Amino acid sequence: MNPALQALIVIVVGVGGCVGYFFLSNLFLDKVLFPARGPNAGVNTSRANMIRPWLFLFPAMVALGLYLAYPVFATAWLSLNRNGEFVGLANYSAMFGEPKFWESMRNNMLWLVVVPAGSTAFGLLAAQLTDRIRWGNLAKSLIFMPMAISFVGASVIWKLIYDTRPVEQAQIGLLNALWLKFEGGIGSFLLLRLLPGLFVLAMLALLLWAVWALLRPLVKGGSAGGFWVLAGRIVGALVALFLAWELATWLVGIAGNDLPYGQPMTWLSMPYWNSYFLMAVLIWIQTGFAMVILSAALRGVPEDTIEAALLDGANPFQIFFQIKVPQIMPTIVVVWTTITIVVLKVFDIVLAMTNGQWETQVLANYMYDKLFRALDWGMGSASAMIIMLLVTPILVWNVYNARKEMR
Amino acid sequence: MADLKLVDVEKAYGEVKVLKNINLDIKTGELIVFVGPSGCGKSTLLRMIAGLERITGGDFTIDGVRMNEVPPAQRGIAMVFQSYALYPHMTVRDNMAFALKLAKKSAAEIAAAVDKAARILQLTPYLDRLPKALSGGQRQRVAIGRAIVRDPKVYLFDEPLSNLDAALRVATRIEIAQLKEQMPNSTMIYVTHDQVEAMTLASRIVVLAGGGISQVGTPLELYERPENEFVAQFIGSPSMNLMPGEVVATGAETVVSLANGGMARSAVPTQASDLGLKVNVGIRPEDLVTTTGEAAFTGEVEITEALGEVTLLYFKRQGDAAQVVAKLPGIHAELRHKTVALAGDPRKVHLFANGKSLLYR
Repeated sequence: MNPALQALIVIVVGVGGCVGYFFLSNLFLDKVLFPARGPNAGVNTSRANMIRPWLFLFPAMVALGLYLAYPVFATAWLSLNRNGEFVGLANYSAMFGEPKFWESMRNNMLWLVVVPAGSTAFGLLAAQLTDRIRWGNLAKSLIFMPMAISFVGASVIWKLIYDTRPVEQAQIGLLNALWLKFEGGIGSFLLLRLLPGLFVLAMLALLLWAVWALLRPLVKGGSAGGFWVLAGRIVGALVALFLAWELATWLVGIAGNDLPYGQPMTWLSMPYWNSYFLMAVLIWIQTGFAMVILSAALRGVPEDTIEAALLDGANPFQIFFQIKVPQIMPTIVVVWTTITIVVLKVFDIVLAMTNGQWETQVLANYMYDKLFRALDWGMGSASAMIIMLLVTPILVWNVYNARKEMR
Repeated sequence: MADLKLVDVEKAYGEVKVLKNINLDIKTGELIVFVGPSGCGKSTLLRMIAGLERITGGDFTIDGVRMNEVPPAQRGIAMVFQSYALYPHMTVRDNMAFALKLAKKSAAEIAAAVDKAARILQLTPYLDRLPKALSGGQRQRVAIGRAIVRDPKVYLFDEPLSNLDAALRVATRIEIAQLKEQMPNSTMIYVTHDQVEAMTLASRIVVLAGGGISQVGTPLELYERPENEFVAQFIGSPSMNLMPGEVVATGAETVVSLANGGMARSAVPTQASDLGLKVNVGIRPEDLVTTTGEAAFTGEVEITEALGEVTLLYFKRQGDAAQVVAKLPGIHAELRHKTVALAGDPRKVHLFANGKSLLYR
């Protein structure tokens, strides 16, 4: 049978099965089990309404239990075994002895800070800039489009952008094609040193301002907000400080490094930078998500607070940073943590582009390496547990925030 | 010192003119109230004065300086919004200090201004709270405080009391009146759809209708000498009874024979040429009294509403004429389903021809 036809049948049977389940089970509940007629009509109706949520939740709960809860415990058990023997924490200690594991941890931490920061910042920028223009919706759809591309598909696209050919051949990679246009003259100075230098300097200034803005209430000793706000401020300030440090090292590099003009670069095998080239892919994808959510949040900011700020003499920047952004802070936090969870699970991009070579390994790909290439079930499960431990607190916090937002 | 002047101001959205021919002179220290039915443009006019809406025609000046193109913050105005528009993420203190911080005032200056405003509005204990921890009335006072700290020349109020409950509305109304007393040199413009607020607060009321100004005057001028039928019916509750008729005698006292068969006498003078003029006789419900002599209106009482101090009598409609309402002092519930004859004191009987009062010819 044609695979397309098979897929169609699966879709029809799957969707039809779901609809059929909900419709028929509901019918059974209302007509047979607790019919809303006869002497017990009132009692039956309230009983049926008590059972109905469980009826609808039942398939989801079974599927989640089977495919999510059970594997967690099975994996935890596997991580304590080697070749069918219980070995306690031996798998973990072996893993902690591997430099590749620590490389993955380090890279994951870098991803964890850079990707959510980049996606949220660009998303916020796009949301604000497209808000009041006529073709804003068109721009938004274009920025959102990468969300529709799978991570592997996006990786293939970006692998072509980073592609390298020998110097005598025509470059098919966009980045190298652009790079080879520079030959070290005045244009190169302007576009490769001055412009990025100024941009990085501006970002650096913005980050330092953010650090100051986040920490100022602590220094002043004001008591607006509880423990979580305090913790959020400190974490935010540390993240901003780390990013500022990264940018400062870039600035030094932009100012001082000799650039190898005329040579095609193998972008993906440049240690340190190649991680950023991989992150660019995920930022490119997640910016659309951040933009859509933040755009809705920005529209939800009461117009009259903006008008009041206008009357108070605020300029557009002050309105944005001091009136709009603080009011959508809960949404920014939710977007940030949601992207953080995506980042912790990042796997496809690294697998498809470098497979963890040249110091780009991340935890999920490390786990895949151990589980399905080395067939080491013990260490693979142990690394899976580490990922879960990292994701869980963020997930809990995210759910807590999202629920608070909804109330 | 702030004299506001609007000359031929208009507002158009594309082809549609929602406001036109707005001419208004507002003197320093006045409290002007804009009233009018929903959609008459009173809030739009206020927002044009604030600078939140563009003025599409005419001139708006403050102390002789044209303000049409001046950004809102530099017009020397402060506005209190209907929804308070407090910054939800700032404490009461920061809400009030925001404008001063933006204006780069010194910390001592800001603290002094905020403390003074807080003292006037009894907000001192709440300075470090967030708006969400305040009651509606307190939020309203913070919104007013935010205006006061800026020490503006002109205060704009956009239906500031409409989100408060009835008891608080009365209390806050009195507070605003006291605030005005304390600041005799500030000019205030106040938008409301509530007549009681308009009548009690205003030094002058501007009645807006149909995209223009219907009448400007002190509250009692508007009540006693309405320029047209719209103002006559808009001011006062229940609204003025209008009964069609024809002038049968002219002079210092005009006599009108009404279509319902009654006779009305009015102290509005008419000339001999007015004989036979079709007019509407306007008598406020509270100006109607029961009579045994010549009656302007005789009819059967359909419903009575006894409020204690007064009783409202709603009469059965006669043909397609508007329902007549009378407001008699005291309790008269027994008048239901009785036939009652009513007349008005000639000094309180208004005459309108083609919608305009004969007083203003």
